[in-house]
Amino acid sequence: MNKTVIFKIDGVEVRGKTGQTIMDAADEAHIYIPRLCDVEGLEPQGSCRVCIVKVNGRPAAACTQPAADGIEVENGTLEILNCRRDIIRMLFHEGNHLCPICEASGRCELQAMGYRLGILQPAKYPYLQPVRPIDASHPDILLDTNRCIRCGRCIRASKYIDGKNVFGYVGRGIHKRVGVNGKDFAHTDVHPDDKAIALETCPVGCIIRKGLGFFTPVGQREYDRAPIGSDIENPELRREK
Amino acid sequence: MAKTKVVEIEPLTRVEGHGKVSIHLDDHNNVKEARLHIVEFRGFERFIKGRPFWEVPVIVQRLCGICPVSHQLASAKAMDLIVGAKKLTPTAEKVRRLMNYGQIMQSHVLHFFHLCSPDILFGFDADPKIRNIFGVIRKMPDLAVQGVMMRKYGQEIIKATSGKKIHGTGAVPGGVNKNVSIEERDSFLKDIDRMKTWALSALNLAKNYTLDHIDTVETFAAFNSSHLSLVREDGALDLYHGKLRAIDAGGNLIFDQVDYQNYSDYIMEEVRSWSYNKFPFIKSRGHIDGWYRVGPLSRMNTAGFIDTPEAQTAMEEFKGLTRGKPNHMSLAYHWARMIEVLHCVEKIEELLNDPDLQGNDLLVKGDRAEEGIGVIEAPRGTLFHHYRVNEDGQVTYCNLIVSSTNNNEAMNRAVTKVAHDHISGRPKITEGMLNHVEVAIRAYDPCLSCATHALGQMPLVVEMYDPGGSLLERRGKCV
Repeated sequence: MNKTVIFKIDGVEVRGKTGQTIMDAADEAHIYIPRLCDVEGLEPQGSCRVCIVKVNGRPAAACTQPAADGIEVENGTLEILNCRRDIIRMLFHEGNHLCPICEASGRCELQAMGYRLGILQPAKYPYLQPVRPIDASHPDILLDTNRCIRCGRCIRASKYIDGKNVFGYVGRGIHKRVGVNGKDFAHTDVHPDDKAIALETCPVGCIIRKGLGFFTPVGQREYDRAPIGSDIENPELRREK
Repeated sequence: MAKTKVVEIEPLTRVEGHGKVSIHLDDHNNVKEARLHIVEFRGFERFIKGRPFWEVPVIVQRLCGICPVSHQLASAKAMDLIVGAKKLTPTAEKVRRLMNYGQIMQSHVLHFFHLCSPDILFGFDADPKIRNIFGVIRKMPDLAVQGVMMRKYGQEIIKATSGKKIHGTGAVPGGVNKNVSIEERDSFLKDIDRMKTWALSALNLAKNYTLDHIDTVETFAAFNSSHLSLVREDGALDLYHGKLRAIDAGGNLIFDQVDYQNYSDYIMEEVRSWSYNKFPFIKSRGHIDGWYRVGPLSRMNTAGFIDTPEAQTAMEEFKGLTRGKPNHMSLAYHWARMIEVLHCVEKIEELLNDPDLQGNDLLVKGDRAEEGIGVIEAPRGTLFHHYRVNEDGQVTYCNLIVSSTNNNEAMNRAVTKVAHDHISGRPKITEGMLNHVEVAIRAYDPCLSCATHALGQMPLVVEMYDPGGSLLERRGKCV
């Protein structure tokens, strides 16, 4: 039987259960901790580090760090905010995230996170401007890894929900990116109904459904309505979603 | 060997984008040659290769911050053919038309009130300190407010149909992604009478300027040319769709009712080493004589009539000036432009009262095609978008002939004529003389790079060099 654990996030008392992560408990308490690689329905992997918090003064990933009795969690401090901003800025600079012409604009979690964290201009980092070929070989799905942020959500969804293992990482270090287990997309067993290619799985515009871009009008896209994380902070929005 | 001096006007002011003029003078300040250079290279035709076709309308509209709708619609029309949508639903076509009328209205108004009016209100030689939009605001605040409010109205129409005032996403391959709600419709209808009154007032201003200064207008940058535009099957002005019609300087048809899918059988482009802008020409007349003009003046010349009553009356008066023959006066572009603003307002009213705007049938699809050509009448003239797409949905070929490209030769001729008429042989070159050259270019409302408009002071620099390339004189001016 799960035991109640009581801890504090930015001085506010939060009640969770043993076995929950800090993020799970915060979500239930309607406290938003920003995240990109973590998504409902998939096991957390703590790779993007956007959910960085300080637990009793030490940095930790809220999506993997267990909630525990008596811990003091820092989530909304300026130091944490600046860490998250730097992580998001680096992601923008690593890939080709041209929001004005990207069909994921308005539903892109990276873009929405930029707005949520108040990142309104380019940062000090150089743009790496990768030139990776688009894989448009599949009749229904297109892969543009120039926009990949290596969250691994498609890899986990394909492996653990679809049971297919369509996606995997290729390359090492700075060259690491998502690839497909096959000669190209057309030579995998991916299907348009797979969870791995559902809109809510890829947080950016890396995996897209062919020919459906821009069908949602500006003003009606997910993050036109409310900033990212609003559904966690506001239970009414969560029910609507 | 005779010495040559070069006068450069760079950057050009109160035009969209960036360009420069070079005027070559001999020792006696006689003009030997004058050229309009387009100094930016954009590369859109190359870098959209490999991109998925449904992205194209959103990407290519970034060519311009003033007329993005024209690029969005021209490319969407091409992509309609790629997705097999040979005929759009009534709602989709009418929403797109509304978007286009809003776009042309706001662009023409921007040009007339913000860019051109200082010249015609204060004079080409007026002190540049007052010959600018702030001078207009000081002298005629009501007129300036009308310009701002009319532009706002057009931009709000764009927002209602495309999601944003600039760089929206409304037109998608096969149709549109939204209709116009009752609330949006009513908000526009509420102000339509005021827009019509102001459009008539601006039209009268442009017309009266032309008639009151007819001696200047008849000669300033005036020269014979062919004209080209889309026209409806019955010959009416149509700014969204139609067939190609070209007439010669005498008004005789060169070709008519040409399906623009076959445009490359009729039009070619010439490259010249000194400009990034190409020089299109009508194939059958060759690259020397085949150049033509496009835009409001050409549309008044090629179209037989306008299907809205007040603009038709205005067009009859316009055509009366040249007794029905083509009007070749560059400064008459302004009058023609204001007739089109009135036409747009009338069409907007007509569409707002059409219940099809509230329909929900927005998209059509059919058999995929590999090639699509979209042509539209943009504010500055006929705009061609030509694409090929592979079976994976990626663009493999793109050719764009933008409106200002079509007017390239004409603008060069205008620059040359004005340089000869107003600079040649003068002992000293003044700022006012150089502004005459800019006035001629401004008449065409060129979007030199089809680039997002720069805000703020754009200094004009004039440099004179000796034949060895040494700087003789450098002078700056403010807009």
